[in-house]
Amino acid sequence: MSGKRRLWIAVPLTAAIAVLGWAGFAPVSVPSRDELFEIPKGTYARRMAGNKVEILPSKIRLTLGLNDVLMLRNLDDVPQVFGPTIMMPGQSFKLPFEKAASYDFACTAHASGQMTVLVEPYPAMPWSKIRWRVREWWENRRT
Amino acid sequence: MIARFALLLLLGSGVAFAAAEPGALKAGVLSPVMAAPELALQGSDGKPLNLARYRGKVVLLAFGFSSCGEVCPITLATLAGARKKLGGDAANVQVVYVTVDPERDDAARMKKFLGSFDPTFVGGVGSRAEIDAAQKSYGISSTKQVYADGNYTIGHSSSIYMIDRAGGLRAVMPYGHTADDFVHDLKILLRK
Repeated sequence: MSGKRRLWIAVPLTAAIAVLGWAGFAPVSVPSRDELFEIPKGTYARRMAGNKVEILPSKIRLTLGLNDVLMLRNLDDVPQVFGPTIMMPGQSFKLPFEKAASYDFACTAHASGQMTVLVEPYPAMPWSKIRWRVREWWENRRT
Repeated sequence: MIARFALLLLLGSGVAFAAAEPGALKAGVLSPVMAAPELALQGSDGKPLNLARYRGKVVLLAFGFSSCGEVCPITLATLAGARKKLGGDAANVQVVYVTVDPERDDAARMKKFLGSFDPTFVGGVGSRAEIDAAQKSYGISSTKQVYADGNYTIGHSSSIYMIDRAGGLRAVMPYGHTADDFVHDLKILLRK
C-alpha cells in the first residue's frame, strides 16, 4: 500500500476515533440545571374559545446531574395546576428531581390534562455519553 | 501516549455532577412566595380550622380521606416519622389533613383516623361546598370511583403543601418522598 493511500485511510480513521473518544469520554454539560417552560398569557382564554392549545410538550426529558430541575412559569391570567401544585398568575414553580424515573403529572396547561416527565440517569459511561450527545444534537437540530 | 490521553479523558468524565445548591429544598419551590389560601373549615379537634391559627409554625397541608387504603396511610406515616425525627422542633410543625370525602368524614372520624398516626395532626372537615372551595383554592382534584356494591374510593391529588411560619405558601412536596426529605426541608423552613 502506498504512503498516500495509507494517509487517506489513516486520517479519517484517526479523526473518527478522536470524535468518538471525545464524545464518549469528555464530560457532558448544559448551561443550566433549570429546564424552563412557560405558560403564555392568554392560554386559558384561547382554550375556552375552542382553540387547541399545545404550549408544552406532552413529554419532557430531563437528565440527573445535568438538567434535572423542572421550572414552570405561569404567565397566564388565571391559576394553572401543574402536577403537585397550583401556580398563581406570575408565579413560577421549580421542581428538582433526584431519582431517575418516569413521572406522570396532571397539568391544566395541556389539552390532554396530562404531562410526563422522564428523568434519566446521568450519562456516566462512554456509550451513554455518546447517545446523550447524539440525542441533544438531533433535538437541537430540529428546533 | 494514546492510553494516557484516554485515561485523562476517563478521569475528566468521572467528575461528579454538582450537588444541589446548599439550602435548596427537596420540595418544589414556588416563587414569588404568596399567602397560602385560607381555609374556612371545622377542625377534627372541635375548633374552627384556619391557617391563621398556626402562624409561627410551619404547616404541612395535605388532602385525603379516612377510608383511603393506599396513598393517605403512607403520606401520614411519612409525616409522623418526620415529626419524630425532628425531636423538639416538631412542636413548631403542624400537620393539617383536609378530607376530600365530606360525606363520610366527620370530625370524630378524622380525629380517630389521624390520631392513629400522630395525635397532634388536625383534620379539616366541612360541607361539600366548603371542601370544594378548599380543594379549588389549592388546585386539588378528586375523582370518585364507585364499586358494584355501592362502596366507593376516591382518587385525589397527593402533594403536601409546605406553608412557612408567616403563612406563605412556599413549597410543595410531591407524593413519594421520605421522612428524611421532609426533615431536611422542615429544618430549612424552621430556620427562616
